[in-house]
Amino acid sequence: MHLGDVPDVVPGVPCATMCGMFRRSATDRVLTGVAGGIGERLEIDPVIVRLAFVILTFTGGVGLLLYVAAALVSRKPDPDPPPPPKTSTRQAVAIALVLTGVLLALRGIGLWLGDGVVWPAALVALGSAVIWTRGDEATRAKWLARMPSWIREDDESRPRIRTLVGALVIALGAWAFLSSNPPLDLFDNAPLAVATVLIGLAVIAGPGIWRLIRQASDERRERIRQEERAEMAAHLHDSVLQTLALIQRTEDPNEMVALARGQERELRTWLYGKTKPGGDGSLSAALDAVAVEVERAHRTRIEIVMVGDCPLDDGVRALVHACREAFVNAARHSGARGVSAYVEVEDDQVTAYVRDQGVGFSREAVPTDRHGIAESIEGRMERNGGVAVIDSAIGHGTEVRLRIPRSRAT
Amino acid sequence: MIRVFLVEDHELFASGVRNELGQEFALVGHASSVAEAVVEIPKAKPDVVLLDVHLPDGNGPEVVEALPDVRFLALSVSDAAEDVIAVIRAGARGYVTKSISPPELADAIRRVHEGDAVFSPRLAGFVLDAFAGQTAPAIDPELDQLTPREKEVLRYIARGYAYKEIARELHISVKTVESHVGGVLRKLQLTNRYELSRWASERKLA
Repeated sequence: MHLGDVPDVVPGVPCATMCGMFRRSATDRVLTGVAGGIGERLEIDPVIVRLAFVILTFTGGVGLLLYVAAALVSRKPDPDPPPPPKTSTRQAVAIALVLTGVLLALRGIGLWLGDGVVWPAALVALGSAVIWTRGDEATRAKWLARMPSWIREDDESRPRIRTLVGALVIALGAWAFLSSNPPLDLFDNAPLAVATVLIGLAVIAGPGIWRLIRQASDERRERIRQEERAEMAAHLHDSVLQTLALIQRTEDPNEMVALARGQERELRTWLYGKTKPGGDGSLSAALDAVAVEVERAHRTRIEIVMVGDCPLDDGVRALVHACREAFVNAARHSGARGVSAYVEVEDDQVTAYVRDQGVGFSREAVPTDRHGIAESIEGRMERNGGVAVIDSAIGHGTEVRLRIPRSRAT
Repeated sequence: MIRVFLVEDHELFASGVRNELGQEFALVGHASSVAEAVVEIPKAKPDVVLLDVHLPDGNGPEVVEALPDVRFLALSVSDAAEDVIAVIRAGARGYVTKSISPPELADAIRRVHEGDAVFSPRLAGFVLDAFAGQTAPAIDPELDQLTPREKEVLRYIARGYAYKEIARELHISVKTVESHVGGVLRKLQLTNRYELSRWASERKLA
């Protein structure tokens, strides 16, 4: 069946009467929420509506047509639905009477599969309705109060009496079906008899099984939530709480800042780290690792701003090492509160700027036996085809500028 | 005295800011939710609103969009690109992280009050990133691309240079630096540039 071929609005009928007669249900749905929606609108249990559709389907397919029509004239589900109302017994009886009337009318017209099929089917449906419906709490309480104790004791959400009555009616339906179709007699056609009994049992046990499945999946969801919470608690305990304890024991303000900083970086990585582009083996990951290491070892603060990213190759690795050396120098000698780095990846080159606002220095004053700058920064960059420029003046901070061409191995 | 309004749901941080800024600025009000901010800010008529990006009943951009005539400086512990770009695109004049030092924060408030944009190094990096890449043709070249000079200024900001230092490096006046940054801010808010929208939608901003 092609639902799409049917126009959304019946021509000639004003939209106000046809569209939006009711909303399909967002919460209570088996197929499209039509039955749930009708149930909510008429304030009856959707199970009864569903069974009405099923019975009417047995009478020459009327139910199916009605269902499709209802689906077409209904509106989209309410995104924020109110809780579905409960059924009252009176409404259920009313529906049953209307349904019987419709069935008799259809029988009169001739849309009928035969007495031997439809009436037993209706009986089975009635039995299932008895088992499936939620019922009205107040009514139930009233009824239960009159019941003998062996029935009441079993109740948690569905009294045993309901299941018993339902099962009885279903069995009656099955028996009626078998006995009213002589060619399908119980003794002549054992497989059909067995099938009928099995279907009857499935209809009786269905609600219980359905409830068990729902419970199992609810429990699983809850367990997953608890595991996540436990994992988060464990992580916070191992990291944040430990660090907070350390901070409280620390006298040195620099140490406190460093501890807080390290913890902040770690927590950020944990919170957002999974979505970081590039992943391991990228320039950004390598730079972050270097920054963490230097921050820990030298009690400083390194801010890295990156534009673009690229995989590591020899040249890029040399740049990372040179950056590390620049971080260490800034942390050791500049006296500045922190170091900032800006790294930009372009198509043909990678540039990095490592800057501090510290005391600065003049090249001439650096003893020649200190290899940091000459060897670790300039030499390393030059060997890999790059350039290093160190710009510093006493009192004006230091900036190390690094540039390396990107290999075209791609 | 510049009138400052604080939108901040973390009481500890709010009182810290009040202590730091109380001498220098007139703190004219405080709100701790989007709903409260939208009602209280027009009453208090502040010059600058310090706005936390994450609020219990919504996010900073909602406040910015609801009050288009107010100057906002966004303030957050997050330095995630989506938070930064979203609040700037909504109309905030600047973005700084909460780890900023008190004098720097005071300076940023003064600059927003004077109508300038305040870009942290990280924000400059995000903008360069968003405008990087020449693959797709610009829809509106005037808005969809940064000029070489604007890029240059942004790079200096990303490198941690102050406006004064940038002016010295580029041999231009501080006013010119400010107007370049203002131009970038305008483009960021108005552009429909393909890369920026794609970049935004990848980060669920659009």
